[in-house]
Amino acid sequence: MTNAGYVRIALILAVITALEVSTYYVDFGPLFMPSLMIMMVVKFFMVATYFMHLKFDNKIFSWMFYTGLFLAIGVYVTALATFKFFIA
Amino acid sequence: MRRSIRRAADRAKRWCTLAEVATAEHAAPHSSTGLSNVKLGMWLFLGSECLLFGGLISTYMLYRGRVGEGPTPSQVFDIPFTSVSSFVLLMSSLTMVLAVSAANNKDDRATSLWLTVTALLGATFVGGQVYEFTAFYNEGLGFTTSLFASSFYTLTGFHGVHVTVGIIMLMSLVGILNKSKVPGSKSETVEMIGLYWHFVDIVWIVIFTLIYLIPV
Repeated sequence: MTNAGYVRIALILAVITALEVSTYYVDFGPLFMPSLMIMMVVKFFMVATYFMHLKFDNKIFSWMFYTGLFLAIGVYVTALATFKFFIA
Repeated sequence: MRRSIRRAADRAKRWCTLAEVATAEHAAPHSSTGLSNVKLGMWLFLGSECLLFGGLISTYMLYRGRVGEGPTPSQVFDIPFTSVSSFVLLMSSLTMVLAVSAANNKDDRATSLWLTVTALLGATFVGGQVYEFTAFYNEGLGFTTSLFASSFYTLTGFHGVHVTVGIIMLMSLVGILNKSKVPGSKSETVEMIGLYWHFVDIVWIVIFTLIYLIPV
């Protein structure tokens, strides 16, 4: 990937961050939570894929990282569920 | 006489070849996977760090509503200020990837420059966090004020320590780069510190959304 490509990715990330911050000022209604979560996930994977080179590197590295990540998500979502966190 | 000189020259040539092979092996060690063990170790470490931060984030999520008699998150959080800090940390990921790119192109000067800029942006972020913690403390949010306060300071403090360790690694790398004393492959060393730095950035992406932007 070229330096110009990295700058382009950073610009996209900056725009998404600005959109995230806008949710604090503008009422998104029922779209508030899903839009924030989607933007967070997109930013996360853009950095991991392009800046951390997971897209261009050996797939073993992706497996090692995403195993830890999804294990953490699974463990802690379960833990939060046992504390009835997701029940309003 | 001539024969002995030739023999000595041959021996010297053989030694040089052996030394070159040894240096090359040191730079790119063979492994059973055919991949760099250093890189495998770093990714394994980052995978385990997901579990550490996952624990801290979920603890905060559980306790964020337990404010006791102390201030609530919405009373203390300064979203415009934290947004600027987040933007600074995000841009430090760009400068870090430019440092890795320069290291791959064997441009030591540009590598040192981008690493220094990354460290400065990281220091700006940590400075912002220190300011934020001081402001929160002055507003009555001490570490033991409430469960919300304890879990918030532990989570963001752990992240701040990670950023600080990253800054120390970046500045140390600039120092040894300038003295040309980087052991093994230079570009791989820069890349490893880059991976750590980007990880710290993606953890903040999650913290910023879940802790600051989503109200209790």
